[in-house]
Amino acid sequence: MTPLAEAPMQRERATTIYEKSKTGRRAAVLPDAGVPETPIEDLIPANLLRSDPPNLPEVAEPEIVRHYNRLSRRNFDLDSGFYPLGSCTMKHNPRLNERVAALPGHARLHPAQDPRRAQGALELMYLLQQSLSEICGLPGVSLQPSAGSHGELAGLLLTRAYHADRGETRSKVLAPDTAHGTNPASVTMAGYEVVKVATNERGGVDMDDLRAKIAAEGPDQIASLMLTNPNTLGLFDENIEEIAALIHEAGGTLYYDGANLNAIMGRTRPGDMGFDIVHLNLHKSFSQPHGGGGPGAGPIAVSSRIEPFLPRPQVVRKDAENGHGPSFDLDFDRPRSIGRLRGFQGNFGVFVRSYAYILSLGADGLTEASETAVLNANYLKARLAEGRAGERLPIAFDRHCMHEFVLSGRPMKNELGLATLDLAKRLLDFGFHPPTVYFPLLVDEALMVEPTETETKESLDAFADAIEEILAEAESDPEAAKNAPYSTPVRRLDEVRATRKPVVRQSFDAPAAAAATGEADFNDATSPSGGSDA
Amino acid sequence: MSRYTSATPDDRAEMLAAIGVASVDDLFEQIPGRLRLGRPLELPAGMSEAEVYERLAALAGRNVDAEEQVSFLGAGMYDHYVPAIVDAITSRSEFLTPYTPYQPEISQGGLQVMFEFQTAMSELTGLPVSNAGLYEGPSSVASAGYLAMGATKRRKFVVSRGVHPHSRETLATYSVGYGAEVVEVGLEGGVTDSAALAAAVDDETAAVIMQSPNFLGAVEDVEALGAAAKEHGALLVVACDPMTLGILKPPGECGADIAIGEGQPLGNRLDFGGPSFGFFCATEAQIRRMPGRIAGETEDVDGRRGFVLALQTREQHIRREKATNNICTAQALNALGAMVHLAWLGREGFRELGELLVRRTAYARERLAAVEGVELLHDEPVVREFAVRLDAPVDRVLDRVAERGIAAGYPLGRDYEEFEDGLLVAVTERRTPEQIDGLAEALGAAIAAERGANVADSATTAPQGAVA
Repeated sequence: MTPLAEAPMQRERATTIYEKSKTGRRAAVLPDAGVPETPIEDLIPANLLRSDPPNLPEVAEPEIVRHYNRLSRRNFDLDSGFYPLGSCTMKHNPRLNERVAALPGHARLHPAQDPRRAQGALELMYLLQQSLSEICGLPGVSLQPSAGSHGELAGLLLTRAYHADRGETRSKVLAPDTAHGTNPASVTMAGYEVVKVATNERGGVDMDDLRAKIAAEGPDQIASLMLTNPNTLGLFDENIEEIAALIHEAGGTLYYDGANLNAIMGRTRPGDMGFDIVHLNLHKSFSQPHGGGGPGAGPIAVSSRIEPFLPRPQVVRKDAENGHGPSFDLDFDRPRSIGRLRGFQGNFGVFVRSYAYILSLGADGLTEASETAVLNANYLKARLAEGRAGERLPIAFDRHCMHEFVLSGRPMKNELGLATLDLAKRLLDFGFHPPTVYFPLLVDEALMVEPTETETKESLDAFADAIEEILAEAESDPEAAKNAPYSTPVRRLDEVRATRKPVVRQSFDAPAAAAATGEADFNDATSPSGGSDA
Repeated sequence: MSRYTSATPDDRAEMLAAIGVASVDDLFEQIPGRLRLGRPLELPAGMSEAEVYERLAALAGRNVDAEEQVSFLGAGMYDHYVPAIVDAITSRSEFLTPYTPYQPEISQGGLQVMFEFQTAMSELTGLPVSNAGLYEGPSSVASAGYLAMGATKRRKFVVSRGVHPHSRETLATYSVGYGAEVVEVGLEGGVTDSAALAAAVDDETAAVIMQSPNFLGAVEDVEALGAAAKEHGALLVVACDPMTLGILKPPGECGADIAIGEGQPLGNRLDFGGPSFGFFCATEAQIRRMPGRIAGETEDVDGRRGFVLALQTREQHIRREKATNNICTAQALNALGAMVHLAWLGREGFRELGELLVRRTAYARERLAAVEGVELLHDEPVVREFAVRLDAPVDRVLDRVAERGIAAGYPLGRDYEEFEDGLLVAVTERRTPEQIDGLAEALGAAIAAERGANVADSATTAPQGAVA
């Protein structure tokens, strides 16, 4: 396909805010100090002072606004179109939640405010804890972890503390080969070694391999098993009770990666399945906007045997006394706690949004959200089992899925010469965010599709139609997709160069600030993208 | 249909027919029967938007925020003025609702913001490499420790007690996992005891970790203290407050290998502690060990300038158990807020704000030191926070001052048993000289009243003066 004429957005070359800077321009007008203009050198010794101010841009407010508005238009976002990024749960972000988070009583509440003057905030955290406890079927909750991966680390440190409390030292953590990348990375950070467990022909944990690995490592070395259920193939592991029994028999803890909780709310609960520790991604199932890569929050819910080790401080409720209502406090007096994982009380602004979401939906609404997420995923899966997609992009494990499903692009690649990456890039021209690609790793040329409950049937149909059209196009013109995208602000980018010779900041003077050190690294364009977001 | 979904009964019927099942229940058959909940969640029924708003507003109304109280609270998060354009830009859907920029062709806005942010943080800290942000301050300190362990193959951290107590506790929590020893070095006259520090650092030390200004507000002589790290081949890790870096010598010029910190003062709300962001800057030697996302400049197939996630081979989604850190979702939107705030302040405004803070804080320190019953806890140089000692029970004084609509500061006794009588007072550009005068007056009155109450107590043995 011949390159199209440049689109307007392509003609506008990327210019940074620093390149728009001109000496003497400014936006901020500061208040007068209103105090003696003592020379700074009289207040702070000269050897501690900076000689040159940092090179921040000098730009007036209108240009700052224009600059970032223009940049914003170089982003694709959930509010503009379908975003079926598997394992990321790109559901609608209600604007009500932004409004209530911005109330001064939340937004301008200092984290070190005396708890007696932050009763509303502590009560909100307590109520959110109670809600998450009920949704997970586990009695203890800490809201402290900042994101899913932080929750994973917390869970592994809790596991370590639990075993240490029993006088045990265990060194191995089991995780299926379908696990999110954060799982093994967290295992290493927590000082454990990961042991991979194979997947069976139904897409679940291979029970024979699990038993073999437990036996090979020695049951007394098994600290934990980390599991996502439904897993990253979008499949519920039917053997979960047996898995739980095996791990508990070995003396390990069972850890639930809650990235996929959106499939099961109100239908089943991790605690009832036998899990000891769960992390939840409030930026997935509980509608916190993803913000281009955060903020999020990764609260953890735990069984009673793990509860004493939860991070400090804990929000606690004190019963009514002396005619006053109940009150809320921060409890630091937790001698067996693993300690802090971060500053203050956690990402409170995220808690406000997610609590507003839970209040809005209520018990029925949360259940229906999960049901519709599963319905939408299975419908889209059915649509993609028709026609060309059914032939070229077969489902990796052919059974009903939960909230997401995984296709394999291997036939497409073999028969049409189109890699999954090419399909993903061509989807950009059709106005869709591609699914997660090249993850999970055990599926060749994987596409992981999670539509979420907030999409209409029409959106799902349009996406299926687009895939069909791209595959049809590839039969007559395979180059079209291979050179895609055409309509985006920039076209395919050289990612290898950005890793071999990284330029990671604006240079203000020659020579360029290229930082090339250490071993050479390659960035394979077919590396997993999406899907591991925790 | 519940809130935010669109499937009508007709839609459902069509979709179920296409799937080939009779009901949604059939799709949940894969969950073993015994594990199905079989009852509604014990949560309230859904509420209308107006009702949810009222409920949340009522909760918010039970907090005393910096809008209704003159707040001198700091201790790591500060009530700076966040310009209106920060809200306007960060609330744009195009920044608010996408995820991590895995598809760079349709994520150039977010990636370029990361690149601009990295540049700004690199300029502020005087170090050549910055990532695109971490969760927040204290966990960034723990991540710096983890990097230092990998870089030096050593397992000991020497940490000043001037480092934020939450950072020290977080480092200790992480260290249990990755197997490191944490040795604390005390303070002398408000700053790190340099002799004790030099004695604690040895050839097993992975990192020397300090904070400037430290938790008591004192500007540390990072360069001098860092010599011990250099001597033993340990990395020098400096936690810093970005808002002070318009005037203070940047960590990179003081020999720091890593500078990290809490980013909240830049463009982020107090939010009762989060979300904000952490920053992580380092020397070029550490770039391939850095945690978190890093945006890099490159070109597209037609030669157009563009940005991508660089050095992804460090990260968990590629490297899995060999990743340099487990972080995935960080704080991109919060980093955008910081970048817009910094652009708004600009090169001159940023320095001017730093000077304003130094002068107002000096004024506040002088005013408070003149109050009967107040003395300085240390007389080291400070930027926007300082510590005093009160000659009356701190909690009771704080309660009395709160009655006059003032949050006088942070009681140091919460974290330092050696400073039970200590109060940490923060001054931002929002605190006017008149408000500072008001604080001095209120503190004086409260201390006097407490002393009077003590006299009365001992005279009558009846409890008096307790204020809730």
